[in-house]
Amino acid sequence: MRKGTLRQILLITDGCSNHGEDPIAMAALAKEQGITVNVIGVLDQDIIDEQGLREIEGIAQSGGGISQVVYAKQLSQTVQMVTRKAMTQTLQGVINRELKQILGSQASIEQLPPEKRGEVMEVVEELGETVNLQVLILVDTSGSMKTKLQTVKEALLDLSISLNARLGNNEFSVFVFPGKKGEVDRILDWTPKMESISSVFPKLTSGGITPTGPAIREALQQFQKRRSLKSLFTHDGDDDVYIEQSM
Amino acid sequence: MVMTMYTSNNLCNIRTGTVIQGKWHKHRYEIIKQLGKGANGVVYLAKEGRTFVALKISNQATAMMSEVNVLKRFSEVQGVALGPCLLDVDDWIHPQEQKIYSFYVMEYIEGDNLLTFIQKRGKEWIIVIILQLLGDLHKLHEKGWVFGDLKPENLIVSGKVPKVRLIDVGGTTIRGRAIKEFTEFFDRGYWGMGTRKAEPSYDLFAVAMIMINMCYPKRFERKENGREQLRLMISSHPYLKTYEKILWRALDGKYTCAYEMRKELLQCMQQPSMQTEKKRGERVVHVKEKKKFRWVETMFLFVCVLFMYVVYLYVQIL
Repeated sequence: MRKGTLRQILLITDGCSNHGEDPIAMAALAKEQGITVNVIGVLDQDIIDEQGLREIEGIAQSGGGISQVVYAKQLSQTVQMVTRKAMTQTLQGVINRELKQILGSQASIEQLPPEKRGEVMEVVEELGETVNLQVLILVDTSGSMKTKLQTVKEALLDLSISLNARLGNNEFSVFVFPGKKGEVDRILDWTPKMESISSVFPKLTSGGITPTGPAIREALQQFQKRRSLKSLFTHDGDDDVYIEQSM
Repeated sequence: MVMTMYTSNNLCNIRTGTVIQGKWHKHRYEIIKQLGKGANGVVYLAKEGRTFVALKISNQATAMMSEVNVLKRFSEVQGVALGPCLLDVDDWIHPQEQKIYSFYVMEYIEGDNLLTFIQKRGKEWIIVIILQLLGDLHKLHEKGWVFGDLKPENLIVSGKVPKVRLIDVGGTTIRGRAIKEFTEFFDRGYWGMGTRKAEPSYDLFAVAMIMINMCYPKRFERKENGREQLRLMISSHPYLKTYEKILWRALDGKYTCAYEMRKELLQCMQQPSMQTEKKRGERVVHVKEKKKFRWVETMFLFVCVLFMYVVYLYVQIL
């Protein structure tokens, strides 16, 4: 199989959006474009806002990704786990699609006998190790997140340690919302190294509104810009194979 | 680690007496009690006929399959039991939910986890277990694997003649790839002291951290400078202090294979401790005294001969 690129949006938030488009709709739009949306909800104490929780699950579901609610302390472990799981999930979707082509519409990994499943899993793991990955991270910096930003920074550094141990290439980009002027600010352009966020993070100011929907929309545009730029430079759009999961 | 989303509650509360029958192979397992929970699933003690087995069940078929793959590979290594023996792999259709869960069945390894064992049997066992562990890790590394999630909870000491066994292969990774699963305290990436690439030195870092954990059963959190913090912890504990040099070589990733670390630990143990050194010192003093005495003896003989010669000369002259 040709080496491709997986595209993911990772949203780190602690509550409900209150500005702009419906984030669940924006996540569905992302999925249509082959971009997976994962959401991590960060809690302070034992308070889970029902509405916030529903939104977190909703975004991940319609974005074809994974959601997880954790205490700030567990953020590092969770960020890397969610990213890896989502990768496996997408790749599995791709394999399932191929299986359907070979074995007919009924086939999926789960329907194979356990003996055969092992071999398929080896292929999925191999792909997960070698595939290229683009992760756009969206960090909610609205008021209540202020105290958790240090933990978020550490978790992102930790994520780059985990992913850079893979054989495949990684690229990260970090956006925060709300931004200083507009709804969203870019604080890190596409780069394989995450270290430079250390200097940016402490300077972040937190705003009042939570424009989660517009943030996801902006993230999608970033992916598209990247795609067109790449094809401009390589003069060959086919060079990049994007792996998309069909449900 | 709490991964609420990943392990469904229904799987955590399978009642005693429930019979789990496989969809494909039709084997029947009677659940006895829960043994533990991992990131990917729940492990139960179960009975198939009269034999006790350990049964791991999960709602994540993929994670289970990759664990099964590892266990299968381990069973190909003959003569040594690197992990628990794999007995069966199957699916279970939950009767109420009508949902399919994957499970696999392994040999049940009875015993205490490492921390409990050391608390029961004493600190002198730490080094024995560590040496055993390094031997097993070496074999595992030679086969092209790295264990990954190495921690006391994943080490069971079993048998009349205590022998350490590795359980939970969820983190076991092919050498050169990225570590699949880890626990922060035992992870060198967390301490800012290395990558998460699966290489022997990754496991050896964890071995050093296990030794530290044995002496500080309440694990501690990383502060600003992780390395300095570990230095303080090691140098302030008398037991760890004896192995300080080796621990640091392991933490800094200086060992390329487990045997190297094992060899140095053995050498370190054979080195005379303070007491025997003293005894040796006394012996040296004895030898010195003897040497002195011999010297006096020689002088005495010499003087005697000289005296007799003088007497002889005197007699001759006369």
